[in-house]
Amino acid sequence: MIQLKNVVAEYTTKRGRMKAVDGVDLVIPDGVIVGIAGESGCGKSTLMKVLYGDLGFPLSLASGSVDYGFTNDKGQPVTDANVQREWFRHVSIIPQSSMSSLNPVIRIREQFVDFPATSKDKKATLAKVREFVQRIGLPPESIDAYPHQLSGGMRQRIMVALATFLEPEVILADEPTTALDVVVQKEILLLLLELQEKMRNTIIFVSHDMGVHYQLTHQMLIMYAGKAVEHGPTEEIFRAPLHPYTLLLTSALPTIGDDRARQGLPGSPPSLWDPPKGCRFAPRCPLATEKCRTEEPPLVEVRPGHSSACHHIDRIPQLQADLAKAPSLDDLDEARLLAQVQENLRREHEIDATADAAPPSEVDRPEIPSEVADTVAPAGGER
Amino acid sequence: MTTVLKAEGLRKTYKLGSFTSRVTINALDDINLDIVSDDPVIVSLVGESGSGKTTLAKTILRLVEPTAGKAWVHDQVVTGSGGMGRLDFMRMVQPIFQNPFDAFSRYRTVDTYLHETAARIAGLNGAKGRDAVDEALSSVGLDYADVVGKYPNQFSGGELQRASIARALIPHPQLIVADEPVSMIDASRRMIVINLFKALKEQYRTSFLYITHDLATAYYISDYIAVMSKGRIVEFGAARDVLSTPRHDYTKLLLSSIPTLTHKWDRTPALASTGA
Amino acid sequence: MTLATAPVVAAAPVKPRWRVPRLNTRLYLGITITGVIALTAFLLPLFYKGDPAAQGMFLKNLPVSGQHLLGTNALGQDIFWFLVFAIRNSLLLGVAVSAGCTLISTLVGISAGYIGGWYERIAIILTDTFITIPVFPILIVLSALVRGNTSFLTVGLILIAFGWAWNARTIRSMALTIREREFINMARFSGASTWHIITRQIFPYVYAYMVVGFINTILFAINTEASLAVIGLSNVAVPTLGSIIFWALNYNAMMIGQQLWIIAPIVTTVLMFLGLFLLSTGYNEYFAERRGVA
Repeated sequence: MIQLKNVVAEYTTKRGRMKAVDGVDLVIPDGVIVGIAGESGCGKSTLMKVLYGDLGFPLSLASGSVDYGFTNDKGQPVTDANVQREWFRHVSIIPQSSMSSLNPVIRIREQFVDFPATSKDKKATLAKVREFVQRIGLPPESIDAYPHQLSGGMRQRIMVALATFLEPEVILADEPTTALDVVVQKEILLLLLELQEKMRNTIIFVSHDMGVHYQLTHQMLIMYAGKAVEHGPTEEIFRAPLHPYTLLLTSALPTIGDDRARQGLPGSPPSLWDPPKGCRFAPRCPLATEKCRTEEPPLVEVRPGHSSACHHIDRIPQLQADLAKAPSLDDLDEARLLAQVQENLRREHEIDATADAAPPSEVDRPEIPSEVADTVAPAGGER
Repeated sequence: MTTVLKAEGLRKTYKLGSFTSRVTINALDDINLDIVSDDPVIVSLVGESGSGKTTLAKTILRLVEPTAGKAWVHDQVVTGSGGMGRLDFMRMVQPIFQNPFDAFSRYRTVDTYLHETAARIAGLNGAKGRDAVDEALSSVGLDYADVVGKYPNQFSGGELQRASIARALIPHPQLIVADEPVSMIDASRRMIVINLFKALKEQYRTSFLYITHDLATAYYISDYIAVMSKGRIVEFGAARDVLSTPRHDYTKLLLSSIPTLTHKWDRTPALASTGA
Repeated sequence: MTLATAPVVAAAPVKPRWRVPRLNTRLYLGITITGVIALTAFLLPLFYKGDPAAQGMFLKNLPVSGQHLLGTNALGQDIFWFLVFAIRNSLLLGVAVSAGCTLISTLVGISAGYIGGWYERIAIILTDTFITIPVFPILIVLSALVRGNTSFLTVGLILIAFGWAWNARTIRSMALTIREREFINMARFSGASTWHIITRQIFPYVYAYMVVGFINTILFAINTEASLAVIGLSNVAVPTLGSIIFWALNYNAMMIGQQLWIIAPIVTTVLMFLGLFLLSTGYNEYFAERRGVA
């Protein structure tokens, strides 16, 4: 199992240091699919980088450690310090955009044989790869093509193939289906489910789409403003969440067939340059009290296998019931809808004004907030 | 009864390639629509990338010339020659774009766009213009004092998108064409803007053409839905009807592919479904 | 310094461009070198009475002394003062030519990129023609025809005619990308006219490249004129960097012991080019830093 111990990941910029992940303690058991959910600025993409070992300026692991639970060839335990050597063999990644991960000027098959684990016997490796891609639904000749000759869905299958054909213990998937059409997305997700069932490896899947998490994952981790706020089995997270943010997130979007009026969640996550004391969700939380604003709630196990970081877990069922009683959209008369909308907008304005909110970066951009992206520069010397 | 939106035989073909190999792409392939109503309506155009929904939106906005066919907005012809004057058109139809940060120039303050719209399109200058801007901003929940003098990068994404909506409202258009207006906003805050559209429909008596790939929000606010695929409208009807009892195979496929929270997908038995 | 948190709470309207400029090293060096040279070149001549180009004013081939800082040359001219006027004239020519080129290239580039259609096709044909015509051979031919009696003005005009094309192309491709951006559509739907879009929407994005282009064109102008002068095809009576070298070569400055006569202008030219180059790249870097994500 993978153990994250108080992981703090920082970005160093001209403006200062910013903790994108601020103290995450987590144990991920073997053989499960874990989803990491959260919105822009929550730190999920940074956490993925830490898990993958993709740490390089300006990102650094300020404190904490990651233990992957297996030993390498030399018999040493694999941790954040030496995980890079295990890339592709034991830990692999499925990135979001296949087009920026596949070299556009070389044939796909070259990418499969291009690293130490496989270059010893290219022919045998390629034969194995051809057989593998067939199993995942692609013609064996597809690896002889150039990336642009395949459709987006096929390319993403290639990325899945690259990540899985050496049967690694851990697969990290960072929004692998966000850029795909919904029909293709379903195929890739089902493919991942099948592969995981056969190989029994651990998949850590990042997405902002709660529906995808529900369909794919066994467990979920909810992140907000760099902190882990809830961790538990997927069914429970959706049916009986233990954190108000989770509840509001899952009920924030409409579903087909459900005519209830929905409210957005006004406000935005706090700026990570100057995070507030106390619970980071407090400015937007309908259950917030004075205690929430001064004392940060720790992540504690509330039910077996289900932890949450909230001072007022007991009041969540009531909130859930209230949300469930929302009137149907058709019944809502226009004046009342208008009033509600204006109220939400005013609330949003208040929260933004008082909490120095950071502008949410685009959903499918990597987790560096826009202020950081502007100011990142190598320390010392010119390019 | 006014014709809110009508299209007859709209086609848009692109020819790519060089002398030796020419590829023809039918972005719009014989689009026919007729939406008639006395009250303002919200019409959703849903489809995947490449379906033609964005091309159709751009055609109606007159940013793209159709290869053939005609379109009407509010009983007026908008396409081809013989269409109405530029300014008259812009009084009737206004856009909202997907990425608010791209919709404003970094070098200009946001309120200059609003004032310009008031002056040049609505014909309101000076104090009247200022009032119009004020009114539009407050209907999207923004204060004039908080907007004046600020550059786009001083706003959050949600606020900037609302400023963009306010700008579109100033000339009190008959139709607002919104191209994926919430896809760049965090999930938890999308409903604020979606609900706003519904409220504005009543308050301003404006119809909306809502282009999206997200069927759920389309279901939520639309009166009518047009499902597009490969440049054609494959299904059209009242929103609730189309999505609860779809008739076309493609609509059924779309609906069954959405990762829903209500039930888990059926798992296909063998590995290797046919390639995408 | 307080870490300014997000942009939503702003004390006063802050324009994104005029924050405290933190210049990088290159820019500092560039400004210093060019500044010193320009100041010297423009201020010093005010203190000199007479015509430094007049021959036989002084004794020939005098060594360095208090009276003649760089000595005199075989024509009886004071090398130092001739050099000072030369720098001034070269700079004047460079700046004037560059101003003309930049004006034309920016106008043509932006309008071609934005307006498109037939206008663009014609503009591009014109631009490409001027780019592909080799400047130097044409200039040689032209100058040979008039045999050293070209006025400075003519040289300047010819340089402008051949210098605008390259930058026009760059600016046009920039205008092309900007044209596709959403805020141009937004401006149109706010009722903006074509002229307004070109000047108020597209131009600010092109500004920085225009400045860099301006500085580079100065280099081009001075360089070409100097090259022409060295081979005797410009008006060598007027002091310019090139004409010094011309005369120095003609009189075998190295042989007769007046090395300074030829070394001084070469060193000055190199210094000036260095300064302008540092200015250009330094400004480019500075602007790129401030731009962030364009």
